[in-house]
Amino acid sequence: MKKIATGNKAVAEAIKQANPAVVAAYPITPQTEIVETIADYVTSGQLASRYIPVESEHSAMAACIGASVTGVRTFTATSSHGLLYMHEMTNWAAGARLPIVMANVNRALGPGWNIWAEHTDALQERDTGWLQVYVATVQEAYDATLMAFVIAEHNDVLLPVMVNLDGFSLSHIMQPLDTVEPGDFIPPLHLPHAIDPKNPTSYGGLTGPNDYFRFRWDIERSMRDSVKVIDATQKEFAKRFGRSYGFTDDYRCEDADVVLVSMGTFGKEAEVAIDILRKEGIKAGSMRLRWFRPFPHLDLAGKEIVVVDRDYSFGSGGILAHEIKAQTKKDVYSVIAGIGGQEVTYDDLADFVRKRRMGTEFWFGVNTNV
Amino acid sequence: MDIIAEIPKEEYVKKCTSACAGCSSSLNLRYVLKAAGPDTVLVVPACCTSVIQGIYPNTAMNVPVYNVAFAAAAACASGMSNAFRQAGKKTNVIVYAGDGGTLDIGIQAMSGAFERGTDFLYICYDNEAYGNTGMQRSGGTPMGARTTTTPTGKTDAKKDIDAIIAAHDPPYMATTCSAYPQDVFKKVQKALTFRGPTFIHILAPCPPGWRYPTEKTIEMGKLAVKSGMWVLYEREYGKLTINAPSKAAMKKPIPLEEYLAPQGRFKGIDAKTVEILKQRIQKNLQRLAAEEAAP
Repeated sequence: MKKIATGNKAVAEAIKQANPAVVAAYPITPQTEIVETIADYVTSGQLASRYIPVESEHSAMAACIGASVTGVRTFTATSSHGLLYMHEMTNWAAGARLPIVMANVNRALGPGWNIWAEHTDALQERDTGWLQVYVATVQEAYDATLMAFVIAEHNDVLLPVMVNLDGFSLSHIMQPLDTVEPGDFIPPLHLPHAIDPKNPTSYGGLTGPNDYFRFRWDIERSMRDSVKVIDATQKEFAKRFGRSYGFTDDYRCEDADVVLVSMGTFGKEAEVAIDILRKEGIKAGSMRLRWFRPFPHLDLAGKEIVVVDRDYSFGSGGILAHEIKAQTKKDVYSVIAGIGGQEVTYDDLADFVRKRRMGTEFWFGVNTNV
Repeated sequence: MDIIAEIPKEEYVKKCTSACAGCSSSLNLRYVLKAAGPDTVLVVPACCTSVIQGIYPNTAMNVPVYNVAFAAAAACASGMSNAFRQAGKKTNVIVYAGDGGTLDIGIQAMSGAFERGTDFLYICYDNEAYGNTGMQRSGGTPMGARTTTTPTGKTDAKKDIDAIIAAHDPPYMATTCSAYPQDVFKKVQKALTFRGPTFIHILAPCPPGWRYPTEKTIEMGKLAVKSGMWVLYEREYGKLTINAPSKAAMKKPIPLEEYLAPQGRFKGIDAKTVEILKQRIQKNLQRLAAEEAAP
């Protein structure tokens, strides 16, 4: 069904169709519209979930954990400080192998208080064992949320999935949305380790080094196995509903000499920038990274790489740039831009490509090249 | 009816725990689970019970135990209870948490779960210190007690968590003590008949923490009640009933010194602190007696 919706509403629409048994959430800007909409669905009887209005994000994730381990589908949404506040429990959710789905509306971290887009919040969760996907359109927010349940709950994965959408520049932007009837696209959840009083088992108790080590490897093994599950799920989605997604969203990359790599809404702006550059005779392409965990293999051989990071690891560098350098073993032009909601236009993105200085890092707006 | 005859013979805490000798909290757990029965899930935050239950892949527990992070027990139980109820299951969800996990780090999640009317039983077993990490002071440590972080004795008073819980107006709340296992059994059984959040606060004497000989674990609990340091009562829909052992103690208490003297943690306590403790006992007993007498 075609309609117009914000990124937040699109996520809530997907949740209505995924029909989780329990949603536990705490309000935080700019995510609030997601949980408000879900609460409205529950109150008005459009969704038969239990909505738990918890007193903190730490408790939101704890409640999802408690619900999920009984073998039911769960969802929460958060942003920024909320995500950091639940950090202890995001580790727990992954370690406990619970297929919780969470929408994170990417937002900067205080101080000072800044409610605008930045990816540092989610990237501080990169080592927790969560799968992470970053979306760029309202439609993709909806589609990725539906697919997140299929991927998380697949018994070769059983890891939580975080769907990331940029604060305001996607959460509050209205775009066309085509909703689907998912039918059996999301199969019923079968959690092999669900709590059963008839088969009393202890979960997460004291664990010695050898067993603990094995459990950590199991997480990584499933993270690796998730690659084929993601691939199969995206292909099945395309087959059923006609919209195709990959690990990356590539635009005019095949014959490009230089590729601009980014995540989130910048990736769509970048396509406009690429067209401008192509008209100038610069053979540029855009690669929008969708899946950050598991980190996909990027086909960047023989190309110059410009990475735009909407995040930063102080004392080290742009987080996406690091990941790409580690995989490609190549120098990149690392641009730090858009953090805290800083405005970055497609002209700016084109300029990053034009003025690239490989092997350096450029802080846009303060015009510092280091 | 003879309550001892009523207590089931089934054991849900097997004889292979890694509890310290003379541990009263494992004794509590035994009676808690006898009262709750097999259709029960325990939610356990970091506390002595994290260790007592045994090391993976073994467990001494014959009900499912969900171990969770220190601050998260009540919220985790909240999600679990909602999920069970949504699935039409009546499974008891019981948080079994220490004083640190209840009075200190877990208080926010607990308050939230009570405010939201979560259908669960929250049990705080209170050994008045962080026992699992080596006896550091907690909000439950009484004034004058030496811990590894109050080497000359705690200067602050014990936090009145029961008053905080009472402010949430749960349908049922009670205090009890491991020295009265029938009382523990009876109160857990009763709590589980209510819908909504219920609370039981169990005083759990701790030989290594309180520094008394292991064989005196029951005696220590009785002395706590007889001196008035611990009061056994229950509050049903807000109506307070002080239980018989504490009624007797209110009429004719033993001197507080008889409770303090056998415990190494109170060694060298000064007369002024003892006097403050006595005044606080009096004030607490008068407050409870007045509440019980109120129409």
